[in-house]
Amino acid sequence: MKIIVPIKQVPETSNVKMDPVTGTMVREGVEPIINPLDLYAIEAGVQLKEKFGGKVIAVTMGPAKAELAIKEAVAMGCDDGVLLSHKAFAGADTWATSYVLALAIKKLMPFDLILCGERATDGDTGQVGPGIAAWLDLPFATYISAIRETTANELVVERMVETGYEQLAIELPCLLTVVKELNYPRLPTLKGKIAARNMTMPVWGPEEVEAIPENLGLKGSPTRVVKIATPQVARFGEIVKPKDEHELEKAVDGLLDYMEKHAII
Amino acid sequence: MSCKNVWILGEQEDGRIKLVTHELLKRGRALADKRQVELVAVMLGEKIDRDDLQKLFHYGADKVIVVENPGLLHFLPEPYVNTVFHLIKKYEPEIMIASATTTGRTVMPALAVKCPTGLTADCTELDIDPESGNLIQTRPAIGGNILATIKTPMHRPQMATVRPHSNKPLDPDSSRSGEIVYETVDNSLLKSRIRRLEFRKNTEGGANIQDAEIIIAGGKGFKKTENFQMVHDVANLLKGAVGASRDAVDLGWATYPQQIGLSGKTVSPKFYLAVAISGSVQHLAGIKTAENIVAINSDPDAQIFQVANYGIVADLFEAMPLLIEKLKNRLKP
Repeated sequence: MKIIVPIKQVPETSNVKMDPVTGTMVREGVEPIINPLDLYAIEAGVQLKEKFGGKVIAVTMGPAKAELAIKEAVAMGCDDGVLLSHKAFAGADTWATSYVLALAIKKLMPFDLILCGERATDGDTGQVGPGIAAWLDLPFATYISAIRETTANELVVERMVETGYEQLAIELPCLLTVVKELNYPRLPTLKGKIAARNMTMPVWGPEEVEAIPENLGLKGSPTRVVKIATPQVARFGEIVKPKDEHELEKAVDGLLDYMEKHAII
Repeated sequence: MSCKNVWILGEQEDGRIKLVTHELLKRGRALADKRQVELVAVMLGEKIDRDDLQKLFHYGADKVIVVENPGLLHFLPEPYVNTVFHLIKKYEPEIMIASATTTGRTVMPALAVKCPTGLTADCTELDIDPESGNLIQTRPAIGGNILATIKTPMHRPQMATVRPHSNKPLDPDSSRSGEIVYETVDNSLLKSRIRRLEFRKNTEGGANIQDAEIIIAGGKGFKKTENFQMVHDVANLLKGAVGASRDAVDLGWATYPQQIGLSGKTVSPKFYLAVAISGSVQHLAGIKTAENIVAINSDPDAQIFQVANYGIVADLFEAMPLLIEKLKNRLKP
């Protein structure tokens, strides 16, 4: 099986604190990491390769330092990686991003499967995966929580929706976006880290992927961010600090009163 | 550009129209009024309940376009994308909005690529410039730490998904009515390379947390899975749903569909009780639109208290049993 995993480098935000006054993220010491939700796609790809043989290729679009994301993917068990980096790509929205990723994946044809994370934790759109499928006219399914069966021309997968799980049979080649229920991503191995250190990573720009310049970057993006605001998140509610049992009882009564006042009980 | 009217993409399950459709109609109504155009609801399915279709007018639609075909019974990406794309080409709407559900977030990105046009995900606010018709789309990004306002100035239709349950439907007005147009599409558009084999409904946790008005959520402070039962106890008493932080899900005390936060679900209940959840940026991003947030946490510096309307700094092992007992008393008939 030849599997392609498009990934994204994002700022590591899980331990970031918020400035209570400005409501902005305290960015000191924030490191770039692989989008945590992409790790499930990488793991799924590596597991399929281990079972059926083949190759997993990670692809990312980003600045030069995004090569670290590819290296980490290789350290986790991917065989190869491609970095899509060029100033013409900068400022791309999900439409222009999925365009470039789709062109790069076309260059890597033939393949059996594309695995994407559900969405990136920074942009939080989840639009690039389905977008790639549309560009390549591939069958696609989103929110995949299990891969049940794999045959030469079909996968049986489970899709997590609001009210339950759909079981779907999907023709190969196809694109799946996966959710974290799918697996437990492995840590990078020493062997993988050595492979990552020794790898040669192609860096592709618009010419290599044969892109139409008008479709690239900010210029090619149909959407425009016109304003950025930092929402005031603090609610300045009443916080009680009971010192003994009696005060705790009063605090819990206060909670019930609050609920009564807001028609919860 | 001749594109006109505001469209919403409704959703149905087993022929019954879902609540998110009515929520979208409220959003759409405000835009259509400001722009002085028609609000059109698009419904795809096999056989959609006739009363439910009439009710779309009560909730704000001026016109309803229905496509009924066995191939549209359940959501499958290709038939849905192709059918809606066909309708967009035929009628040329100026705006197309869908709910940011698993359906909306799947159909819309593929449609946007095909149109081609811009798409803004998971908006919490929509407004329109009445002259240009430009949709003014506001959405949280970067873990909810910023609010971005986004436009799609040169492309039509402008497309957006709207966060489910981020607004309530209009009060239904049964005097309103309108035209239902039944469209057919060529069978070639309904071909699917995906087959739906079966469906397994969620049983545990009862209601889907995104639909819940009341959510009780627990974090890693519960220490072990047996203690997490207290979250269920309070949820049962309040007829609410159980949610969990990422830590609690990773520890196996709750399932991924119950995870709240940036890498889980975004919720906007009327009442959110967070117990032993410190309130990471990720978690807070998932509850920002909750109406009332109450927190119980032993750490007075926990971030969750910043967003709480009411908070108790206490050990959950003392506070929760007391809360359960007092709730039982107060809820006695």
